[in-house]
Amino acid sequence: MSVLDPDHAGPVPTAHRAGLIGCHSCGRVWPAEHQRCNRCGAHLKPPDRRGLQAVWAWWLAGLIAYIPANVFPMMRTQTFAGLAGNSEATIIGGVIELIHHGSYDIAIIVFVASIIVPVGKFIAIAWLATVAGRPATIEQAHMRLKVYEVVEFIGRWSMIDVFVVAILSALVQLGFVASIHPGPAAVSFAVSVAFTMLSAQSFDARLIWRGLPLRSKSD
Amino acid sequence: MDDREQGYDLSTGQGLIACPRCDALHVEEEMDPGETARCIRCASVLAKPRDGAFAQLIALSFTSMVLLVGAVFFPFLEVSTMGFGNASSLFDVALAFAEGVLLPLVLAVLAMIIGLPIARAFLLVYTLAPLAQGRAPYRHAARAFRWSEIMRPWSMAEIFVIGTAVALVKVAGLATVQLGPAFWAFCALIFVNLASRAFMCQTSIWDAIEDAGLRTEFDDASRPEAGG
Repeated sequence: MSVLDPDHAGPVPTAHRAGLIGCHSCGRVWPAEHQRCNRCGAHLKPPDRRGLQAVWAWWLAGLIAYIPANVFPMMRTQTFAGLAGNSEATIIGGVIELIHHGSYDIAIIVFVASIIVPVGKFIAIAWLATVAGRPATIEQAHMRLKVYEVVEFIGRWSMIDVFVVAILSALVQLGFVASIHPGPAAVSFAVSVAFTMLSAQSFDARLIWRGLPLRSKSD
Repeated sequence: MDDREQGYDLSTGQGLIACPRCDALHVEEEMDPGETARCIRCASVLAKPRDGAFAQLIALSFTSMVLLVGAVFFPFLEVSTMGFGNASSLFDVALAFAEGVLLPLVLAVLAMIIGLPIARAFLLVYTLAPLAQGRAPYRHAARAFRWSEIMRPWSMAEIFVIGTAVALVKVAGLATVQLGPAFWAFCALIFVNLASRAFMCQTSIWDAIEDAGLRTEFDDASRPEAGG
């Protein structure tokens, strides 16, 4: 690949400024009136702020699903057919229980995956969608892209807690001695993670660069 | 346009590549294996062709298919306490939840850890097998590869392994747990996925699909003004 404008004299040429449209899935460039990429079949979307509606819609859906995920129990543990006690643990409750057991490392993993990452993701996506398309310096744009890449990469890791519940409830079916059942929060947490992943995916990273002042990289 | 002799055309986009991250335009060029092309503006990787990458990807896809089939049917974890034991493969787990309100959750989990990885491996082989031999791609190869890319964030085998580790610690006080062969299959899968990512270059695959003659697959649906 080589630079279209090797001497860096003008602004960085983009597909949008050239009256073309770039495919977000395979990178192929088409005339702006194309609806669909002829190479990979993806729909061509111009980088404008209208695309942010989908981001906000998934974001809100994820936020709504995140509330029951924290209020209701993730799983119910029944020991000795309920004689030794039934315990229900929410996400926070599970972390506290792990700390009482002394397994701090696992407690940190669960806490980061189920509390810090989802909350951080909500904040990061909201911030990105708010500032997208606004004027920015090159450094700010690089920072936003970095934030976006982190959000995109880290989003799936929140599923850890859902997998833990699934494994435990499948495994610990020891009849009289102990049994574990998933609670309603497991479902709503999984749904919340899926929605925020969709929200991050529908964010168009090209918007970050739309608001840049028209000047070259060398400034 | 007079740009034509330079190998690109600013009116049709022929020979150009737009960075998917920032829309900066680049002129497509032949690259030597081992080179990495980065976007001039945002420094995202645009292409990194590797020697023999297609054959490697096919081999790795077959590896992950074998591992996944093993992961479904071999015991995953064995747990025992006070004489009550339970060895379960993921297949047993699926059967155990075949009825009940949590069926959708179990189906989603199984899809993320087994279904999508197998589907991705299959789609990759479907796309790459003819290309690696230098033949024309099969029908809908472009669609197959695009779907495999869409599925990528949703296949979560490596996250499942970490989830298992957390589950082991949680259950350790309650019962004795032994790891089954399926668990190790998942661990091996992580490394297969890492290797596969090192060889994966979407741009080269798209170019290969296009060069091998799939240029017109989506032509009719996309150009409203073109008569044929």
